[in-house]
Amino acid sequence: MNQAISLLVVDDEESVRNSLYNWFREDGYEVGTAKDAYEALQQIEKAHWDIMLLDIKMPGMDGLELQRRVREVNKEIVIIIMTAYASVDTAVQSLKEGSYDYVVKPFNPDDLSHLIRNAAEHLSLKNENLQLRQDISHLAGMEEIIGDSPQMKRVMELVRTVATSDSTVVIRGESGTGKELIARAIHCHSPRRYFPVVPVNCGALAESLLESELFGHEKGAFTGAQSRRKGKFEMADRGTLFLDEIGNVSQKMQMELLRVLESKQFTRVGGNQTIHVDIRLICATNKNLEKAVEEGTFREDLYYRINVFTIILPPLRERRSDIPLLAQHFINKYAKIMNKEIKEISPQAMDLLIRHHWPGNVRELENAVERAMVVGKPPYLRPQDLPFQLSSEPVEESAEMDSLAEIEKRHIRHVLERSGWNISKAAVTLGIDRVTLYNKIKKYQLRK
Amino acid sequence: MPRVQVVPLLELKTETRDRLFTAIEQQTTWPAELMLLPFDPQYAYDVAREQYHSSQLLLGLKNKSDLNDDKILAIVPFDLFIPILTFVFGEAHLNGPCAIVSIYRLRPEFYGLPPAPGLVVERLVKECIHELGHTFGLRHCKNMGCVLNASTYVEEIDLKTHEFCEDCRGALLQTGSSLIQ
Repeated sequence: MNQAISLLVVDDEESVRNSLYNWFREDGYEVGTAKDAYEALQQIEKAHWDIMLLDIKMPGMDGLELQRRVREVNKEIVIIIMTAYASVDTAVQSLKEGSYDYVVKPFNPDDLSHLIRNAAEHLSLKNENLQLRQDISHLAGMEEIIGDSPQMKRVMELVRTVATSDSTVVIRGESGTGKELIARAIHCHSPRRYFPVVPVNCGALAESLLESELFGHEKGAFTGAQSRRKGKFEMADRGTLFLDEIGNVSQKMQMELLRVLESKQFTRVGGNQTIHVDIRLICATNKNLEKAVEEGTFREDLYYRINVFTIILPPLRERRSDIPLLAQHFINKYAKIMNKEIKEISPQAMDLLIRHHWPGNVRELENAVERAMVVGKPPYLRPQDLPFQLSSEPVEESAEMDSLAEIEKRHIRHVLERSGWNISKAAVTLGIDRVTLYNKIKKYQLRK
Repeated sequence: MPRVQVVPLLELKTETRDRLFTAIEQQTTWPAELMLLPFDPQYAYDVAREQYHSSQLLLGLKNKSDLNDDKILAIVPFDLFIPILTFVFGEAHLNGPCAIVSIYRLRPEFYGLPPAPGLVVERLVKECIHELGHTFGLRHCKNMGCVLNASTYVEEIDLKTHEFCEDCRGALLQTGSSLIQ
């Protein structure tokens, strides 16, 4: 019944070892014994033990010293100290040094059963907690950010670098480039990851609503405030607050935000109690903040307060080599959600996706794939399933007035991106040899 | 044919013996019989604790008897202990030949309550089947009603039945010890 739990009994008295060995075996535990500290250390080196019952008084190395040695190599093992009445002080000392509990010899059978049951439960909760933490990291980690292009690799590198610090981050990029995903990835790799990440879309709320949303309100603060409500700042305590579209915040709110960010304290709307919070701030915007500062629509002091570390997300059209990966990711996602047997996309349809301009970026691509998955039929997506057609599709911005060299440069870059910078493949498509292609790349200073 | 040899170190009333033997035969399918073994438990007495060391008694029983494939179940009137615990109701060799059960803490008088002979017999039967279960290699069971549910209080003995649950019965069959096969 308890096969999952292993127990090591360390006691110099053979009768104690044998008693406990038999007792625990009847309970279904996997049991081992050691007559002294040296034997115990050998056992711990050889196998994994969940719980160690340790006699405090042993010849040679005593239980307390053994506990210290064990803790050096195994922080997870649950140690229960067995002590005679006379050495309770030492047992208390062992508790201070990290043992789970102690029990005075001889024990009441019921006490022993409870103690081991509690220790096993403690262990299982610890393991469950560890598992959940791993699951969380997996769910909201870098795995969700799809992209193999040099631009995205650089972004991920920046995410890893900044995540470990507590600095404010500004994520900039066009709408639909995945700014919130990047904010979540930073949070999930930061020491604050076991606390909440609270997103607020500042652009979607009117000034008065945003104030109440961010700082909360007291009962009766305004018409409709029927009860006290916590704001996003409070909810994000010890975690991360993600302010999306910070560039759209009114002047008054900019001032409020600056005050809170500097003092790390605020009062709820309609209240007078000062609330202290410990948050990490991540902001995102698709606006040109520098220009807004110049024009006087964005406070310069707030700009400098938040602009500590910037991550710029490239638009999808600048990382076309990621489109096949992203498209496949969304196909897998929606095949699962819609329970459809569509696993792939035809080369012609993929070609359309790669050539599209994607003004709405990854969000637009996801919507296009989702729509195609709705209308498409197994086994793969076809061009007619996509919400746009090649004929109506501008590959790039109008090249009408560009020079021949400019058009050549753009076309070579396009072919290179489509081939994933496979020089031989791109050269074949362009109808030139590899050396010529290398020379053109050099001439136009094209880079991956 | 292997049997369960019952060695009482106290006087067992005929009704108690019949009740116990019937339960043993029903639950283990092994026939039970009385064994009169000259056995002096004094060597296992601990003067300081005023109790008998049950593990030593089990060893003594094992050495004293000519077992073949039989199981030995001793029933004693005195209090039992193992060194690390304040007391035990009984003890057994896991997947071994011997088991021992004490009637000492099964009596309501031990807890200052009026005597209840019928209740003591029921408790004794349950503890005997429980310890015999261990000799067949079975471990404690989480099923509250199963006789192999661990009991550290006498009230817990009263809560369970004298029967193996379905899982334990299945396990008993698998051990190859049962004659049901």
